Amino acid sequence: MMVERRPVLDFVAHAVLVLGVLVIAFPVYLAFIASTQSAEQIASSHPLSLLPGTHFLETYRLALFGGKTHAGSTIAAGWPMLGVSLAMALAIALGKIAISLLSAFAIVYFRFPLKNAVFWMIFITLMLPVEVRIGPTYEVISNLGMLNTYAGLTVPLIASATATFLFRQFFLTVPDEMVEAARIDGAGPMRFFLDVLLPLSKTTMAALFVIQFIYGWNQYLWPLMVTTSEDMYPIVLGIKRAIFGEVYVEWNVVMATAILAMLPPALVVMLMQKWFVKGLVDTEK
Amino acid sequence: MASLSLRNVVKRYGHGPKANQVIHGVNADIADGEFIVIVGPSGCGKSTLLRMVAGLEEISGGEIAIGARVVNRLEPAERDIAMVFQNYALYPHMSVFDNMAYGLKIAKQPRDEIRARVDKAAKILELSHLLERKPRELSGGQRQRVAMGRAIVRQPQVFLFDEPLSNLDAKLRAQTRIEIQKLHRELGITSLFVTHDQVEAMTLAQRMIVMNAGHMEQFGTPEEVYHTPASTFVASFIGSPPMNLLQHAPGVAPGQILGIRPEHLDVGPDGWDVEVDTVELLGAERLVYARLGDEPLIVRIEEGAPAPRSGERLRVRPRPGRVHAFDAASGKRIPTPAQP
Repeated sequence: MMVERRPVLDFVAHAVLVLGVLVIAFPVYLAFIASTQSAEQIASSHPLSLLPGTHFLETYRLALFGGKTHAGSTIAAGWPMLGVSLAMALAIALGKIAISLLSAFAIVYFRFPLKNAVFWMIFITLMLPVEVRIGPTYEVISNLGMLNTYAGLTVPLIASATATFLFRQFFLTVPDEMVEAARIDGAGPMRFFLDVLLPLSKTTMAALFVIQFIYGWNQYLWPLMVTTSEDMYPIVLGIKRAIFGEVYVEWNVVMATAILAMLPPALVVMLMQKWFVKGLVDTEK
Repeated sequence: MASLSLRNVVKRYGHGPKANQVIHGVNADIADGEFIVIVGPSGCGKSTLLRMVAGLEEISGGEIAIGARVVNRLEPAERDIAMVFQNYALYPHMSVFDNMAYGLKIAKQPRDEIRARVDKAAKILELSHLLERKPRELSGGQRQRVAMGRAIVRQPQVFLFDEPLSNLDAKLRAQTRIEIQKLHRELGITSLFVTHDQVEAMTLAQRMIVMNAGHMEQFGTPEEVYHTPASTFVASFIGSPPMNLLQHAPGVAPGQILGIRPEHLDVGPDGWDVEVDTVELLGAERLVYARLGDEPLIVRIEEGAPAPRSGERLRVRPRPGRVHAFDAASGKRIPTPAQP
């Protein structure tokens, strides 16, 4: 079918697209605007003014480094929480990639008893998200004394059926002859894994890193369970604490924290966009 | 360099009565430095046989020895062989140099030695200016040469080629055939070359193994295979167009098959009375598709000779001494004392 060039059609198409962008972008804009106004301004103005206020620096300093607000409530510093989030997201993303690479390697290239059963067991865990198994997982982590630790925060989230499956699919597309050529060259299994499979999986790894970093960064329920000490709170919990922690909700600080929490994942997506797309659409073969 | 012997080599998939046997006891003694081509239709087991020599397939029965060493239980890397794959199997993320050097690096050869060997191989194969490129930046013919280079640098006892020319276009294939011959003359390494293309087999082989359904039908020089085919299968597989196989031609004993190549039939005033179906001009020659009674018959005539038209009747006479006889039941050759 040929696409006709008609101004009316063009206008409608663009209008729909602009509307789509607005729907996505407006809440973010609103959050940003709120974060540049003072808490009193937000509380008193109905509806909220859509123009940036003058308290940008002040609010963000409060959100990042903490302190007392005009109303007298104490705000906890945000940057240690950003650090916790970063460590957690990195550990989860890198851990998932490492463990999934190895499990996919085992499943694709080795013959062992019950290989298919193992594969299906991994596959079935796709249907059991963290929330479903959160009770028993908590029990295990707490018995191991891993509450309030980075290990407790990340290890239970590292096993990944999705990533294993993605790497398995990728490994299956690597021609058998390449494996045989490596065998003739004298490369053992781990040598082949490191010298051939890993470099070929680069783009897949990059795509997974982006997805899993965001997944790790956005964890809310699990950190809520395993962290009780405030210095182990990730930033997402910080937002929640800012809302419910004090008598008087400092919406400007809450929004500033939300914006700060949004930046690192956005940065990861922006920086790795090229690799991300490459990893999902093409392979170097 | 070394000789290569296959002793009663058998390949079975599965166990017990349900096992599927694909190679039925192949015996071949290959001398040091020989160039052997294994040829046969697809599914005849020729690649399986090659992969058993390489160590990529287990040997279900019999013995394979390289030099004096039985290699049945050795890993491919320990067999001192090198293999060129049909799709080349180059490592896409490595440069041409690294592709060729990878095996040597794993074998922990000194850096200078690797450099020297790769440079030498690259020079022979005219790849010196491409060493820094990635495989995807190369043409099909260049990739094929890199695959050969990877085999050469290993300085193996035996070269194994698994249909290495089938991904090239016709012109390049002919050219590469000549290059492989030249390479073999220079290096003199025992080579095993698998192909389904009988032209490749005839032109490259010093001796050739003709395989059919897992059996070795014949093992001999191209001349032997062409002039004294061991069975009707070999007769019809080698040579283009294939040998005419006639059961009802005048003078054929019952239970026998008469074989005569199209170029060994002379048109003349007397002989068999055949009816012409179609005529093809191939340039230097014409192929006349005809019928002798109820059997098809192909006659090759020179381009200069008068061309028969379809529907016409011709008289053709088999050239004396060029007639082959086969047993109709087994398809095996019946030795004729009249053979030159």
